[in-house]
Amino acid sequence: MLLIRNGRVIDPTSGTDAQLDVLVEGERIARVEAGLDVQGAEVFEASGLIVAPGFIDLHCHLREPGGESSETIATGTRAAARGGFTAVCAMPNTRPVNDNASVTRAIVERAETAEMARVWPIGAASKESKGETIAEIAAMQKAGIVAVSDDGQPIANAKLLRQVMDYCRSLGLVVIDHCEDLSLAVGAVMREGPRSARLGHAGMPAAAESIAVARDSQLVELTGCRLHVAHLSTQKSLELVRDAKRAGLPVSCEVTPHHFTLTDEDVGYDTHYKMNPPLASREDQEALLAGLADGTVDAIATDHAPHEPALKEVEFDRAPFGVTGFETALALALEQLVHTGRITLSRLVELFSTGPARVLGIERRVAVGQPADLTIFSAEHEWTFRAAESASKSRNTPFDGRRFRGAPMATIVRGRVVWKR
Amino acid sequence: MPHHFNHMLGIEPLTAEQITFILDQAKALQEIQQHPLKKLATLRGKSAALAFFEPSTRTRISFATAAARLGADTMNLQAEASSLRKGESLLDTVRTLDAMKPDCIVMRHSSSGAPHFVAERIAVPVINAGDGTHEHPTQALLDALTIRDRRGSLEGLSVTILGDVLHSRVARSNIHLLGKFGCRFALCGPAMWLPRELESLAPLGSAIRRVSRVEEALEGADVVIVLRVQQERHHEPALPLDEYVLLYQLTPERLQRAHPNALVLHPGPMLRGLEIDPAVADGPQSCVLEQVTNGLAVRMALLLMLMLGTPADAIDVVKGASHAAD
Repeated sequence: MLLIRNGRVIDPTSGTDAQLDVLVEGERIARVEAGLDVQGAEVFEASGLIVAPGFIDLHCHLREPGGESSETIATGTRAAARGGFTAVCAMPNTRPVNDNASVTRAIVERAETAEMARVWPIGAASKESKGETIAEIAAMQKAGIVAVSDDGQPIANAKLLRQVMDYCRSLGLVVIDHCEDLSLAVGAVMREGPRSARLGHAGMPAAAESIAVARDSQLVELTGCRLHVAHLSTQKSLELVRDAKRAGLPVSCEVTPHHFTLTDEDVGYDTHYKMNPPLASREDQEALLAGLADGTVDAIATDHAPHEPALKEVEFDRAPFGVTGFETALALALEQLVHTGRITLSRLVELFSTGPARVLGIERRVAVGQPADLTIFSAEHEWTFRAAESASKSRNTPFDGRRFRGAPMATIVRGRVVWKR
Repeated sequence: MPHHFNHMLGIEPLTAEQITFILDQAKALQEIQQHPLKKLATLRGKSAALAFFEPSTRTRISFATAAARLGADTMNLQAEASSLRKGESLLDTVRTLDAMKPDCIVMRHSSSGAPHFVAERIAVPVINAGDGTHEHPTQALLDALTIRDRRGSLEGLSVTILGDVLHSRVARSNIHLLGKFGCRFALCGPAMWLPRELESLAPLGSAIRRVSRVEEALEGADVVIVLRVQQERHHEPALPLDEYVLLYQLTPERLQRAHPNALVLHPGPMLRGLEIDPAVADGPQSCVLEQVTNGLAVRMALLLMLMLGTPADAIDVVKGASHAAD
């Protein structure tokens, strides 16, 4: 038994925001009451801290199998736990691609051995994510995938995407698309704009993303399938999602901490600022912050994309896209959204737990009988993020050395404290 | 008072005062090029590594000659012959070069920012001899020296740049440099090579107009910079060459729109009959050969400033010159 005492329980689903004790028995929540006194329970003193339903990251790359020099399931889920995540959705662009049930099973088994954050694999939409033929989605669903995506690549062929959507609607799975018109992005290494012109970097226009969002939402209209827009980064894309929601279409979206924190003005020749979608304009960033506040954005997702130093220590145009994100996500959200007064702590919790849960069609609550997956964090704890001390195998972050106010303090998965600051 | 530079990575961060200083240094070194004994001993015992990761003949020879005329040795690395083909990273290649203890690395690379990447990781001075579509600082300096020699000043000139400005490092460096002296720019070329973002490059006190008709762009120009059509930098052919000739080639007729004494500059190599009519290339307004000669003076000035270790004034160096015997 584990008694989490004196914490401020924030549960957006029930609207709870009160000082309560939470008793965990086995893998489930047994009681949520004020002033609990339980003999023989291990006590976690949470006064001054927030107790929230477990954080879910809808978008990460754990690199295993095939990219173990950059990350493994063990190191990635440890970093995730340090970031307060109780579950992470692993994109299928591994080597081999997670496009069949045996790869899915291998990932699930490896994650269970790691005993850190849960891993919920995302299956490829097409075989080898090549965008040609549909993958064995139903078999992967039986093996444990929670969504499908060809992330890293868009599903460029509209006919294939339509087929995938039709099929996933019948299976009850959400399709996650990396929205990008590849022809507009050939050779590009950052967002097209005054900054790319100055740096001499090839740029992709913002329209490269929103054109794909517009196409996808029309296919949602056609098929009725749930669509989730991965790492949405532009104002125009956000408007399209807002319009789709207003029209009653099952469209959702996520935004990454780096996109709501940084802009293309931060880009130079340091490859830790190279990601796809690229950092957007100041106007886009403002729109994302507004969308996070007004409810248009459903989830904050990290797009944790580890790359070992040798891959990133190269010329800007030769470096792979991507930055790590697990351990800085919550602190950046507090910095940009809560401490600036844009959103409440309850909305923050929604963006990290109940929001992503809804995208996957599940619930996340701090309530009796629910799985004891809990994130305990401080909105005030001051600390400095050091990439060298990260649990990830990679160091590719633009936030090395950043001072933060607010941090994850403990991560509880299946009733067990898997990490504690 | 000599200025101190750690590297020469681009024109953008320099002040007008620093640029004037470099041009004055180069000016003092111009006369060496006319001297029967062209070699000084000032940098004897020093060596410059010429690391060219992208094919170049003119710039490489210019730097090699500039180093030789100051008495320095050069080590040559050319991408074709290097271990880069074997998959070695830029960082490893440059660290290997660095281990041979050069006093300066002159670097050309097809990636924008590659010299900046290197300069952050090694101790020796780095001179950018052209990085991707970003900057080509020595070209802008030699262009400025050429213009200043002919016009007496760089202040407030009307400058027309013709061609693929988007992909041109020469154009960027020239805009940064001449813009700091209050020059006004008319950029002219196919619209896909002239995105409106380029207007934001103008330094304070300068202004950039994008003009689609070449005749209008040349109206009253003091300086015309003709860019080479760089087919190798486009990710795909964007315009048939015949269309380019038809609309943008600098012909004697079109040049008449400019100021009667307008200067015509071209960074080379020139594609006669493509971006420039041979009659203009060889005409009295053409500065192309002076540009080449001035390139030596500018590069000597920079090598001197960066390799000597202690700040030196080129004027003193030339005055007190002992010409090397070897």
